[in-house]
Amino acid sequence: MKNRFISLLSIFVLCATPVLSFTGCGSDAEATDTLVVLNYGKYIEADVLKRFQKETGIKVKYEEYESVEDMYAKYKAGSINYDVICTSDYMIETMRQEGELIPIDYNSLPNYANIDQDIIDASAAFDPTHKYTVPYFYGTVGILYNTKMVDEDTVSSWDCLWNPEYKNRTVMINSQRDAFMVAQKKLGYDINTTDKKELDDTFNLLCDEKKYVYAYLQDETYECMISEDAAMAVCYSGEAAMGMEYNEDLDYIVPNEGGNLWIDSWFVPRTCKHYDAAMKWIDFMCEEEAATENFEYVWYATPNTKVAQHEDEETLADETVFPTKETLSRCKLYEAYDKDTLDYTTTLWKKLKAY
Amino acid sequence: MINRFRTSFLAAPYAVWVLICTILPLFYILGYALTNDAGGFTLANLLAITDAVHLKSLWLSIEVAFVTTIICLIIAYPVALILHNLKITNKGFVVFLFILPMWMNFMLRILAWQIILSNNGILNSILSAIGLPTVHILYTKAAVTLGMVYDFLPYMILPIYNALSKVSDSVVEAAADLGANWWTTFIKITVPLSKDGIISGIIMVFVPALSSFVVSNLLGGGKVLLIGNVIEQEFTLARNWNLGSGLSIILMIFVLLSMSIMNRIDDSENGGMLV
Amino acid sequence: MTKIKKGTSYFYLGLVFLFLYAPILVLIVLSFNDSMSRTVWGGFTLKWYMNLTSNDNIMGALGTTIRITLTSSILATVLGTSAAIGIHYMKKRHAAIMLGATNIPLLNADIVTGISLMLLFTRFTPLGEFSVVLAHIAFSVPYVIFNVLPRLQSLSEACFEAAMDLGATPSYAFYKVVWPEIFPGVLSGFLMALTMSLDDFTITYFTKGAGVNTLSTMLYTQLRKGIQPELYALSTILFLLAFILLLVMNFKKNVRKEAVK
Repeated sequence: MKNRFISLLSIFVLCATPVLSFTGCGSDAEATDTLVVLNYGKYIEADVLKRFQKETGIKVKYEEYESVEDMYAKYKAGSINYDVICTSDYMIETMRQEGELIPIDYNSLPNYANIDQDIIDASAAFDPTHKYTVPYFYGTVGILYNTKMVDEDTVSSWDCLWNPEYKNRTVMINSQRDAFMVAQKKLGYDINTTDKKELDDTFNLLCDEKKYVYAYLQDETYECMISEDAAMAVCYSGEAAMGMEYNEDLDYIVPNEGGNLWIDSWFVPRTCKHYDAAMKWIDFMCEEEAATENFEYVWYATPNTKVAQHEDEETLADETVFPTKETLSRCKLYEAYDKDTLDYTTTLWKKLKAY
Repeated sequence: MINRFRTSFLAAPYAVWVLICTILPLFYILGYALTNDAGGFTLANLLAITDAVHLKSLWLSIEVAFVTTIICLIIAYPVALILHNLKITNKGFVVFLFILPMWMNFMLRILAWQIILSNNGILNSILSAIGLPTVHILYTKAAVTLGMVYDFLPYMILPIYNALSKVSDSVVEAAADLGANWWTTFIKITVPLSKDGIISGIIMVFVPALSSFVVSNLLGGGKVLLIGNVIEQEFTLARNWNLGSGLSIILMIFVLLSMSIMNRIDDSENGGMLV
Repeated sequence: MTKIKKGTSYFYLGLVFLFLYAPILVLIVLSFNDSMSRTVWGGFTLKWYMNLTSNDNIMGALGTTIRITLTSSILATVLGTSAAIGIHYMKKRHAAIMLGATNIPLLNADIVTGISLMLLFTRFTPLGEFSVVLAHIAFSVPYVIFNVLPRLQSLSEACFEAAMDLGATPSYAFYKVVWPEIFPGVLSGFLMALTMSLDDFTITYFTKGAGVNTLSTMLYTQLRKGIQPELYALSTILFLLAFILLLVMNFKKNVRKEAVK
């Protein structure tokens, strides 16, 4: 037995020897024709990434993250020099205020003309002078519900989440900003309020809701709805669209009180070492064909006006994917909290989870 | 004679390694723990454990870890005993059988538990098919405990099994020859002789259970906040590395405390060992 | 043991193994599911297996995982085994200090280990695959040490000395007397290191460089928008390979025993 194990081990060692040579590979990050991109997980069609590398000859080191907070933690650690990052509105504003952003040279982006002016205007909430960002996808926060278990009237107001009838059958969103938004809408407060008293009210209302909540989820809400484990769920529009594809009893609504409009955008951080390549990347993301491919993969609303020509009537009429003007008029973007409010709300959120 | 002094130098590369990759990072954490975000010295991050939320989650962690350890012990001891009695000559085979599940990615396995335990999941389908009432387990403390028992059970079985395999059969036979019945032999001979294994097992389950956060993330549905989750969130969501570090230092103290308690029970010479 | 007792104990063992292997069965079933959703059964398919090799991302991640796992567990085994021998022959007080330090990675929450190592590495080396290997060694060495050390402690020193008295050189005596005794510990330490490295997510996530993806980190970023079913297929293959290896090892052993008889 012993000898066999030894030979097994030596085979392993032999296999591993050539791979030990990778130790030197950290250096090619410094080559001029590479680009370090940081984006949400599964937020790009693999083919687009391939085509970009082929057409421009730029080698892309593509990094993914799961939540905004993960992204920020990795970025702040300063361990990797990212060239271009895609993330959500309020985080961009936070980083802008921290001076982490470099202005974009819009003149070098011919495809920028494809981007919907309305979305660019809406971006002013986090990029007021419009110097730093290019929108990538956008969407809303609303309720995904099962029409067999809940009727539309009930879910047309956020009140439904406090309905004892749906105890253990509601899924709440596991994100502090979005959860607070829901309660604030119900209370009639502004979703960007920094008033301590109003935040306390929000907190108390959410504590009250907790007893009805099946789970706080962010990533797998749609799976939970497809399998009909829950009757309704607060979630992002893209996730809702994904769930509706698998279960035709599901529907999505942004309640009458209104909700949140979010915009994920590209920006160039201070750590950028390959500015020209970053511009090429952003421009490529705005290109008609790439944007269409990405849209068909990601299934969130695209700000690219050229994509519409490639899609059929049914897709374009899908209000879950493309929120109507009326819906958008009820939605508002988040503004970044100041440090004090951020700490306060984070503590409240922690208290809620421990409640 | 073995030159003990010279042989001990075999540990020298490791000593250097420990210094760089274990002690030094610890100082980074300590550095964060003892400063505030302006860089000044403070004890606030350590004292933050007295905050009601933190105390509550620490207490919950201790409770879950304790229950997990007890359940693991109850399940594992008979398993180890049965395996031992099977007289399998290839010990590596047994060890492998228990770590084999880990070759499926951990996150995938916990996701599979979601599928099994959810309201309309496999377990409830089976229960309703045989006419039993369904259960609501997923996203409760029970689910988190179950996930942890699942995750850590091998760490309880293996050390006990190892310890039992060192118990010589002749001792057990001698007890039987002297008229002891099975139960007396078990209580008076087998258990005391496998005590080392039990204690290693308890530590190996209790310690990671105390600081775990992934299981509660995936099976707790965001409703079960363990101290591990608090620390994780301080590092990510709250972006407060100072507080996160402070709380981890406290958690480490708790771990050391529980280990020293266990080691006091274990009066054998090799104190301080985990496996 | 009586028949009934034997029956109950097999039943009990069966239940425990069912508990340990149930999620794996679920995942294997999922790998044949013709649906992107894990809660919908879309019929039987082999397409995830067919697509597997043409998926560059997954193949790349697999390659990275194998490189990192093998390198780190082999190095950890070498480092850990020699450390265990060294510690065993140390003065008690020194050994206690070393063991205390060895416990640290096991005591720390993964995220703390991950972030502290990241802070360390960024000072001295660019993050890449190499930094992940270092981190993996850091958290798997203790498993090797704690697997080898008990073997050394149960080793009777008399045998070794007898060998020396009979004229063996220390290294020959070590190879003939000590090594066979501690080998099972070394092997199980190696296997544990291998498994821990394969399974780790948190520490890898924080210490990896841009563009480096292991299967674990890849899975994590996919949680948000649904896991690619190819990953279930790949996991099934990996698991079955390990399983077959196990069976072959055991079978060969039995055959040899028969032959000896």
